[in-house]
Amino acid sequence: MSERGPRVRTVSTVDADSMIHASGVRKSFGSFEAVRGIDVDVRRGEAFGFLGPNGAGKSSTMRMVAAVSPVSAGTLRILGMDPATDGPRIRARIGVCPQEDTLDTELTVRENLYIYGRYFGLPRREVRERVDELLEFVQLTEKAGAMVEDLSGGMKRRLTIARSLINRPEVLLLDEPTTGLDPQARHVVWDRLFRLRQQGVTLVLTSHYMDEVEQLCSRLVVMDKGVIVAEGSPLGLIGEHSTREVAELRFAVGENEAAASKVEDLADRVEVLPDRLLLYTADGEETVARVHERGLEPVATLVRRSTLEDVFLRLTGRTLVD
Amino acid sequence: MAESTAPANDLAGAARLLDYWAIGYRRTWKGTAISSFVNPLFYVLAMGVLLGDYISGDPGQLEGATSYLAFIAPGLLAGQAMQTSFGETTYPVMGMIKWQRVYYAMTASPLSVRSVILGHLGFVMFRVGLTCGVFVLVMAPFGVFETVWGAVLAFLVQFLVGLAFATPIYAFSAGLKDESPFALVFRLGMIPLFLFSGAFFPIDNLDRWMQVLAQATPLWHGVDLTRMLTLDTVDGSAALVHVAYLVVLAALGWLWAVHRLSRRLMS
Ligand SMILES: Nc1ncnc2c1ncn2[C@@H]1O[C@H](COP(=O)(O)OP(=O)(O)OP(=O)(O)O)[C@@H](O)[C@H]1O
Ligand SMILES: [Mg+2]
Repeated sequence: MSERGPRVRTVSTVDADSMIHASGVRKSFGSFEAVRGIDVDVRRGEAFGFLGPNGAGKSSTMRMVAAVSPVSAGTLRILGMDPATDGPRIRARIGVCPQEDTLDTELTVRENLYIYGRYFGLPRREVRERVDELLEFVQLTEKAGAMVEDLSGGMKRRLTIARSLINRPEVLLLDEPTTGLDPQARHVVWDRLFRLRQQGVTLVLTSHYMDEVEQLCSRLVVMDKGVIVAEGSPLGLIGEHSTREVAELRFAVGENEAAASKVEDLADRVEVLPDRLLLYTADGEETVARVHERGLEPVATLVRRSTLEDVFLRLTGRTLVD
Repeated sequence: MAESTAPANDLAGAARLLDYWAIGYRRTWKGTAISSFVNPLFYVLAMGVLLGDYISGDPGQLEGATSYLAFIAPGLLAGQAMQTSFGETTYPVMGMIKWQRVYYAMTASPLSVRSVILGHLGFVMFRVGLTCGVFVLVMAPFGVFETVWGAVLAFLVQFLVGLAFATPIYAFSAGLKDESPFALVFRLGMIPLFLFSGAFFPIDNLDRWMQVLAQATPLWHGVDLTRMLTLDTVDGSAALVHVAYLVVLAALGWLWAVHRLSRRLMS
């Protein structure tokens, strides 16, 4: 045997466009495993979503990616770096919008942005300039001097997003950016995120709203109980796991089960929910007409396109939001 | 254009927190300013001048002090350092973790947990310097300092006394789920320490076992060290033991604090 042993060659495989690379990543809290081996690759400029219900392991995953929670097993690389050894360097280049706000409610809007910018080692003048720009971007210029505790939920969320942009991050991590907001506030947030996406910022977000993911993401994974159950584009996943249309039939209380057996053959698949039947079919109107032909009289009918909600139901047998 | 960077080391990271602490303090200083002056004045007048009239200023009974005020002045000073540290490392630490979650924002940036702790301890030391500095200035006209150098050194060792309390209490607070134990920490920890660690009466008035117990407490080491300096009765080897004790306590507290806060924030 050679005394020196084989020379280790550091092949330059670092891919400048790989933002996140995860393979077999796991996260345990004591004996409980919250993330049970996930594989994910996110490339520069993508808008990537983690869709899953409560407790799926989305936040646990995001915290590992944000380099504030060590992985229990597997390989994780953020911007080509290992969070176990390069945490501070990774965190210098990413933006994080955590699920729970971490704003200092006793400081003003402007002060919150300012002090955060200082954590990143930016000179005071530079931070002040960026603060003004970001206030403008999230439409909080008028609120610059307000105390954070006096802001609405939507404004706090926008402030958190502004704050996460102070270091001009290459990747922006958003953990449930609009949960708890009213529809109007959600649309304002979506609009800002959409602009960021157009500017080329890589977005990684979690959500349990399928419409949020459909609106913002070019690619997503569906997560459930710590594992990824499907991966693809919103349309691709719908095409793969669901039919084009869904006919929703509502019968009187207690009659859904019985009705289901009578219409089984009219659709590719029938789901019985506590309050309605879902008939998966290529042509919803046609299916509803056939149901009526059989003399069945649902209390209400609705024909719609398939959504990611249907994909989730198909894959897990459960609904996303309970 | 300036780039966001990781700090070169933990101390450089802590320096980035200066603006945070300064902005926060600008908002709160008025609330503590009055009490910082009134507290020492109250003690000096009540304990020293009024009570002092009833207590003989016999240097043989007061560890070399020529008046009761001169005896308790160093005790009050070290007690002030301790109280400031207790105050700044209990509820405020819990607030930064649980109520405001500001620490989570700090560690989402390139700052390390060590930097976060260093920054907070830096602020605690600032507060110790301020409250103890006021104490020294208020007491100086009452002739409790034998020498100017003694006064300066007595002031400086308060940073060590303060740190010896700050790091372990910080560590304790960093792991707590809720604030209820703090009331006990103050009632069963801080107040008895203040009363029985030689600040108000020489501990040889205590019975044998209580004396040994008192001598094992960090406050006694702080008080005795401070008193040597204000009364100009420095005993080199005893002073060294005091300093060593306080340094070791501060260092162990630091290690424990890093361990507890890392587990809390980066789990
Ligand atoms: N620090 C922790 N200690 C113990 N268990 C934890 C911890 N953090 C998360 N868990 C558990 O791990 C599981 C996944 O939690 P996680 O927060 O990652 O889910 P999530 O997908 O973000 O859910 P939600 O939509 O409710 O935010 C949950 O069962 C949760 O109770
Ligand atoms: Mg979550």
